[in-house]
Amino acid sequence: MSDSTRAEVCAVAVAEAFRGDGEILVSCFGTTPAVGARLARLTFEPDILMTDGIASLLGNVDPVSGDKPEPVVEGWSPFRSIFDLLWNGRRHVMMFASQIDRYGNQNFACIGEHAAPKAQLLGMRGAPGNTISHKTSYWVPNHGPNVFVEKVDVVSGVGYDRAKALGPVTARFHEIPRVISNLGVFDFETEDNRMRLRSAHPGVSVDEIVEKTGFELVIEGDVPATAEPTDEQREILRSIDPLGLMNKEVRV
Amino acid sequence: MADKRTTEAEAVAELRDGMTIGIGGWGSRRKPMSIIREILRSPVKDLTVVSYGGPDAGLLCKYGKVKRLIYGFVSLDSIPLEPHFRKERQAGGFEARELDEGMLQWGLYAAALRLPFLPTRAGLGTDVMQINPDLKLVQSPYEDGEELVAVPALELDVAFIHMNRADVKGNGQYLGPDCYFDDLYCMAAKQRFMSCEKIIETSGFLKEGTVHTLRINRTMIDGVIEAPGGAHFTECPPDYGRDEKFQSAYAATAKDPKAWENFKADYLDVTEADYQRKVNER
Repeated sequence: MSDSTRAEVCAVAVAEAFRGDGEILVSCFGTTPAVGARLARLTFEPDILMTDGIASLLGNVDPVSGDKPEPVVEGWSPFRSIFDLLWNGRRHVMMFASQIDRYGNQNFACIGEHAAPKAQLLGMRGAPGNTISHKTSYWVPNHGPNVFVEKVDVVSGVGYDRAKALGPVTARFHEIPRVISNLGVFDFETEDNRMRLRSAHPGVSVDEIVEKTGFELVIEGDVPATAEPTDEQREILRSIDPLGLMNKEVRV
Repeated sequence: MADKRTTEAEAVAELRDGMTIGIGGWGSRRKPMSIIREILRSPVKDLTVVSYGGPDAGLLCKYGKVKRLIYGFVSLDSIPLEPHFRKERQAGGFEARELDEGMLQWGLYAAALRLPFLPTRAGLGTDVMQINPDLKLVQSPYEDGEELVAVPALELDVAFIHMNRADVKGNGQYLGPDCYFDDLYCMAAKQRFMSCEKIIETSGFLKEGTVHTLRINRTMIDGVIEAPGGAHFTECPPDYGRDEKFQSAYAATAKDPKAWENFKADYLDVTEADYQRKVNER
């Protein structure tokens, strides 16, 4: 067994979520997704576009911690261009989910009723437009039954049941490739697009995941373990995040 | 040629209770804060506020100026949730019209182009449709027949924006990386006020930046306010970055009524000149 951290396992799973994406913009919420996306770009998805988080597209890969190299700017990406690009569809975003249900309906707007919230969170932000326009995956660093819920309080990101209700024309760009948590990897590659446990991270049992999930997951046969980073991947991960910021994000 | 120079006080004197105002910038970035501070000192109330929200929205909510807030988020960027906004929202202090960020642009753009609405897929299948019960659908009249959301025009009574440079005629220049949607706010509004870091000669614009930075032309502006430091504590690059220390202190006042009273007395119950002096003296 290697000496990979849980966050590093998550980062490799994130990179895998972007496999096959080609020449599209990848946007990430959170440190671990930012690391994983960079890993994908530095290895099997070199054509991915990324921003500097402000208004430039970066031609080089900037580490998420430690010394930053001189940026190579390959494009201008003010918010207006980003909105155009995302409705155009050439994007895969990985967003947080404060709550997510079995069909991938996501909430980060608020907890409680929207008219009188117990806790205001981020608001709708870009979730409605993202989820109906292009690939959206989710990152949950704190897997628990309060996040993986039977019913989300507010739907900010569209799930598969609601997409289906919109019909095949309106929902033709809707896709949730992956949900990645600190415990496992999930997808919706089931007959009725219910969430399936795709793999459990090394050291995490299926029972633990089931126990910490507030709805019934689809579990098919023996669930594989999430791949650990190869030595090469681990080296790259540590160059992307030399201070190990992502380890602080992921609950173990 | 008209000289459109005016002051924060004269601009805010144009506001009436119940008006709809739009505020340029994004989060804690290039917000017309000196104008916001003037609104806080004024008696105006029951505003409908349209904003990619930052401390502008937080402060206006905290002061009870807002009847209805139309927004996609309210953030301080380096502090993801604007704490005063959050507190007022949880206390039910205003009507929350939360939209997808792109829908907000679409509403401003529709108003700017004098169209009743613009169509989009964003919002379909989400609770945006329930939260905003007046949103309606529209069917494509073409063969595809697709049903889309008709985002209604967000018509503004008054728009406020902050630029790096301007001339007295109302041409404006942003020198940072993003104009955000400031031109759309102006085009969507009946009255338009632009504060700026510095008023310069028209002939000086191209010494400051390329022609692409001249996004605000004088058809979009009725009043120009010279307000050095006017975006503080939000960022206004390249003139200055965000005052993170000041912003943290501001954010902390949401949890501490005594700290809030001190902050208010020091920085908000004072003139803009005193505000700038106190900021510089820290």
